[in-house]
Amino acid sequence: MKKLFVFIRKEFYHVFRDPRTLLIMFGLPVVQIILFGFALTSEVKNADILISDNSRDVQTMQITRKIKASSYFIVHEATIGDREIEKTFKKGSIKAVLVFPSRFSDDLFHNGTAQIQIIADGSDPNTAKTIINYLTAIISGYQQENFPAAARPFQITTESRMLYNENDNGSLNYIPGVMALILMLVCTALTSVSIVKEKELGTMEVLLVSPFKPVMVLIAKAVPYFLLSLVNFTLILLLSVFLLHIEVKGNWLLLFFESALFILTCLSFGLLISNTTNAQQTALLISMMGMMLPTIIFTGFLFPLENMPWIFQVIANIVPSKWYFIIIKSVMLKGLGFEYVWKETLILMGMTFLLLAIALKNFKIRLQ
Amino acid sequence: MEEKVIVCKELTKQFGDFYAVDKISFDVFKGEIFGFLGANGAGKTTAMRILCGLSFPSSGEATVAGFNVYKQPESIKKNIGYMSQKFSLYENLSILENIEFFGGVYGVSRKEIKERSEKLMIDLGLQKEAKKMVGSLPLGWKQKLAFSVAIFHRPKIVFLDEPTGGVDPVTRRQFWDMIYDASASGITIFVTTHYMDEAEYCNRVSVMVDGKMEALDSPGNLKKQFSAENMDEVFYQLARRAVRKGD
Repeated sequence: MKKLFVFIRKEFYHVFRDPRTLLIMFGLPVVQIILFGFALTSEVKNADILISDNSRDVQTMQITRKIKASSYFIVHEATIGDREIEKTFKKGSIKAVLVFPSRFSDDLFHNGTAQIQIIADGSDPNTAKTIINYLTAIISGYQQENFPAAARPFQITTESRMLYNENDNGSLNYIPGVMALILMLVCTALTSVSIVKEKELGTMEVLLVSPFKPVMVLIAKAVPYFLLSLVNFTLILLLSVFLLHIEVKGNWLLLFFESALFILTCLSFGLLISNTTNAQQTALLISMMGMMLPTIIFTGFLFPLENMPWIFQVIANIVPSKWYFIIIKSVMLKGLGFEYVWKETLILMGMTFLLLAIALKNFKIRLQ
Repeated sequence: MEEKVIVCKELTKQFGDFYAVDKISFDVFKGEIFGFLGANGAGKTTAMRILCGLSFPSSGEATVAGFNVYKQPESIKKNIGYMSQKFSLYENLSILENIEFFGGVYGVSRKEIKERSEKLMIDLGLQKEAKKMVGSLPLGWKQKLAFSVAIFHRPKIVFLDEPTGGVDPVTRRQFWDMIYDASASGITIFVTTHYMDEAEYCNRVSVMVDGKMEALDSPGNLKKQFSAENMDEVFYQLARRAVRKGD
């Protein structure tokens, strides 16, 4: 136990004396979170939208005027059919189409309810979502001014839809995604590099000749990175909460537990990589190409999995960050409890055990 | 008869049908400086790995510091020191931190570490540099320090794998003075080298060719046996017999 402590202390020396490691470990999360943070708080100004007014009555004119009066939109007016909407989007400049159905005021006054359709170009989900929110707010503002709540027999409802991206891949999704990405990067790359570095320098040989058990070498390597990754996770979480004002709806403890589990998965990956290579650069390349790309593509935070060809959806299942992403989204953003994520948790656990078992087995074989 | 610290009988390591080490038998005595020579690929490293408890032999017997290589590799590890041709200390740890780390790994108590490292710093004349990062030291110093760390836990045997590679002649000479001191204090030195002048410094020298041990005697006797002027010629005559290509 004392030997292990000596070893772990040595690892901490390594981390804190290497500016590059520190930069990756603590600089990267801050930069990423701030970058994504600004990406998702960017306001929409002067967006081109098209209003297709099929009714042309007093109410639709009033609503159109209100939308024009706001500083957010440049309003184009044209009456177009459903099929032309897509063509409009493909031209590129129009970000959203607002459709008043024919007989809008008739519906409103006779049926008590009328619908406005907003269709947004979901290929740019952040902008689309913001536009929809703004438009909906303007319309409900109009409704409150003209039909006070006390006697509101008439209701205008908006039905919004994102074309190309039905699943409302909203901006909040980025944070759990970035978390998965950073943890993956830090744990996997740094762990594997730190082990391979010892092989490259020749110190691994000395360690193996020493009475220190080989398995303990792996544990001693993993412990500091596990702790540092937890600190890292806390940092990301605090940045998200205080800088980006993202509310953690679920249980913090559960959040930490699940993240600790994911960190273990990544560490196991790192150990496995370190077994298969003897050069730091190779280890870094494998962790980058082998981990980063699949994480970005198959986690589902940038590109929705549902829209991928089935073969990719199958592949996504073996990417641990996909499951972590689902868990964190559920716990952090939706506030769900463990009973909703136990399946994903089990899958992650299974992956961790498998990876760890292979890593340990390989490490032993190499010694014989 | 002197105490034997390494005993090998028909030690063999086979990879498929390739005999990396082919039935070598020899003894090493306590406090001896034992030169382990051979061309690249002759099987030195494999034999040394077996003796260090890093790999199991395919057949034959060997005991190191009285422990069996098959059954007690962990006990062997506690009683040996090791220094490789690659520099093997941590560059971004200070001299003292390196000593503390390796001392700790070998289970030397904190008090002992403190006392011994203070004495070591004085012996090496490194008191002022003790807190400096090892990476900032010149190579010669690093190698001497690595040797001191390898014998810091007072092992019975220290294995040196081409310890003086890339070091200038003056420093090499100093390095060998340290080896003599260690040997005088009862530590057995098992050293591989490609420098034939260093072979002359050994008490006894063995030469491996194609996995077999072709010669084993004191440098003086070997020179007589091969009617050679120096160890260089002895080695050359033996290495020429090799059929295998070096790596």
